[in-house]
Amino acid sequence: MDFKLSEAQEMLKKVARSFAENEVAPIAAEIDKTGRFPRETFEKMTEVMFTGIGTPEAYGGAGGGDTEKVIVVSELAKKCAATAAILSIHTIFAQVIQKYGTEAQKEKYLPQVASGGCLGAFALTEPNAGSDAGAAKTTAVLDGDAYVINGTKCFISGGGQAQFVAVFALTDPTKGLKGLSCIVVEKGTPGFTIGKIEEKMGIHGSETVELIFDNCRVPKENLVGKEGKGFGMAMVALDGARIGVAAQALGIAEGALEESVKYMKTRVQFGKPLTALQGLTWYISDMATKIEAAKWLVYYAAYLKETGQPHTKEAAMAKLNASETARFVTNLALQIHGGYGYMQDYPLERMYRDAKITEIYEGTSEIHKLVISRSVLS
Amino acid sequence: MKIIVCLKQVPDTNEVRINQETGTLIRDGVPSIINPDDKNALEEALRIKAAHDCTVTVISMGPPQAKDALKEALAMGADEAILLSDRAFGGSDTWATATVLAAAIEKIGSYDIILCGRQAIDGDTAQVGPEIAEFLNIPQVTYAKKIDFKDGKAIVTRYTETGDYVIESKMPVLLTAIKELNVPRYPTVKGILNAYAPGSDNISVWGIDDLTIDATQIGLKGSPTNVYKSFVPTKSKTNEMIDGLNGKEKAAKLIGKLSDLKLI
Ligand SMILES: Cc1cc2nc3c(=O)[nH]c(=O)nc-3n(C[C@H](O)[C@H](O)[C@H](O)COP(=O)(O)OP(=O)(O)OC[C@H]3O[C@@H](n4cnc5c(N)ncnc54)[C@H](O)[C@@H]3O)c2cc1C
Ligand SMILES: Cc1cc2nc3c(=O)[nH]c(=O)nc-3n(C[C@H](O)[C@H](O)[C@H](O)COP(=O)(O)OP(=O)(O)OC[C@H]3O[C@@H](n4cnc5c(N)ncnc54)[C@H](O)[C@@H]3O)c2cc1C
Repeated sequence: MDFKLSEAQEMLKKVARSFAENEVAPIAAEIDKTGRFPRETFEKMTEVMFTGIGTPEAYGGAGGGDTEKVIVVSELAKKCAATAAILSIHTIFAQVIQKYGTEAQKEKYLPQVASGGCLGAFALTEPNAGSDAGAAKTTAVLDGDAYVINGTKCFISGGGQAQFVAVFALTDPTKGLKGLSCIVVEKGTPGFTIGKIEEKMGIHGSETVELIFDNCRVPKENLVGKEGKGFGMAMVALDGARIGVAAQALGIAEGALEESVKYMKTRVQFGKPLTALQGLTWYISDMATKIEAAKWLVYYAAYLKETGQPHTKEAAMAKLNASETARFVTNLALQIHGGYGYMQDYPLERMYRDAKITEIYEGTSEIHKLVISRSVLS
Repeated sequence: MKIIVCLKQVPDTNEVRINQETGTLIRDGVPSIINPDDKNALEEALRIKAAHDCTVTVISMGPPQAKDALKEALAMGADEAILLSDRAFGGSDTWATATVLAAAIEKIGSYDIILCGRQAIDGDTAQVGPEIAEFLNIPQVTYAKKIDFKDGKAIVTRYTETGDYVIESKMPVLLTAIKELNVPRYPTVKGILNAYAPGSDNISVWGIDDLTIDATQIGLKGSPTNVYKSFVPTKSKTNEMIDGLNGKEKAAKLIGKLSDLKLI
């Protein structure tokens, strides 16, 4: 066993850290306040090819795998959870294409999302199909050489900015989740519009929107994988995506710990820095211990996935544990900051709000417990 | 065109700690980085490469771990990297360092531009670049903040505190970069992964036997300067509040004091 990043991964971590400090941190509070999608950051992430992690060089990608993704997403999340979410969710689209797409689809889409500056999105959730994704009602009926899509997807991250959306819809509505298929819809396709833009508790810079399909005609060749296989594909994609959310949660927690250490060393009460107060130093011990545990579970899940081993259970565990850790750590970190922590002048107020999402999206904590217990009891 | 960039690996801190007894830098536990000005030098080389047909070779003299700095340069887009590493080079001062670097540059040969940083954040002398130019007997322009080319000549804007000079030089020429020259890029993920790809033997290591060099001019023994003592000067500051009934009176007192001190 060798708990070490490779030299290349160490350098990537250094670069990601410096990118987060110089390009991401300075606008983190602003995009939180305005809810603006940071297009310029996405462009910079394209330049350094964070967007191409996991996509092979032959398709315009940067190479690398899940470990590299964990490194970058967690470093970004230390400074801005919304930016980490944007990158992490963006890479799901490429993963679906890479795993299930035809050669023509890979050649068409991968270079554009990996290094061409186009954002990808993933649209599974519907108003009445959240945890129960199989209850989706959106339909895609074949009519000549096109699928005609009708229905509404909700809570779709980046749906308003994405050039390509992987939409899960029923090509055979009589079959329920066995009739679900994955179809790529391009921005600007007639009949595809953006509905409600959600006002959220956190990750404001990552826009969450409703997608409305009204007789939206999409060429037949945009079908990814086989008809009726969509549900299984979505579940596999989510296994990978969960590692991304776990990395985001890990980064938020690590960032909150860093802020707390800095604050405790400089804030003086009763004539001494806060580090002299044992009650608070024990918070730090708990925070650091939980982070260390969360970190290695996240890296373990990433390792299993990129070495082609079963990882559904571990990805669920990594996400469940890291997201609970993020909530626990941001809570104590805010507490350590006292009243200042509650103020928007310090990043803790934002980090505390941002942390919560990691327990909800890409599968709630309860759904992860379901996945884990099923696997353990089987 | 061929560009050679001299890169120094330095400790990542502006406050380099110094061992008071030996007068040398304490490097243990301090992470290493590419000297900041050298990153500007490399960035400029890469920009020139993007606009013209040329190759970029980076060289660094230092211990084996200076490879990290060279790997980073490769990840940023340099074509070739050479580490100059030999026990015989250890303890070199600026004269000796420039001697080794110049010998390596001679060996590489047929270069058009040599780019150095203005100054290293640890040694801080800003001597190595100019010394290399002298040893190679080529023109030099220091403090470059803008570099253009016209009719086979380099047009360099040289920054000084009293105003900029625009200098035209024939090539080959040695230029030293300041941070105003550009904003260095981040190495790309692809660049990093390729620089470290298993089996990629992309850094040549040259020792004293690989260079045509006068061994009496290098290393600790060949160094004409010796660090006698290193210390951080103590700065003392005192202040005095100026009282007065109103602004006018305070200003009058202030003017009186300043002229007493012969400051105005
Ligand atoms: C900011 C944000 C961004 C999102 N981005 C995307 C996106 O890009 N693409 C996308 O497709 N979706 C996205 N989602 C949707 C997200 O994945 C769903 O919100 C999530 O899966 C939960 O579904 P739901 O909101 O309908 O909750 P529900 O499924 O209604 O859950 C309500 C409660 O019931 C619990 N519950 C449900 N079923 C069970 C069960 N079987 N056992 C125990 N407890 C259960 C849940 O854990 C939860 O506590 C996003 C959501 C948010 C908030
Ligand atoms: C006063 C003084 C104190 C010193 N203290 C120490 C010490 O404590 N410990 C110690 O180990 N050495 C020390 N040196 C040794 C050594 O002289 C310098 O570190 C080295 O010669 C480079 O000088 P510099 O750092 O001033 O570089 P500068 O002349 O400021 O560097 C200018 C440029 O030259 C290039 N360059 C410089 N060095 C290299 C290199 N090695 N490889 C490639 N390019 C390079 C870079 O482009 C750099 O930006 C000291 C030297 C002096 C004069």
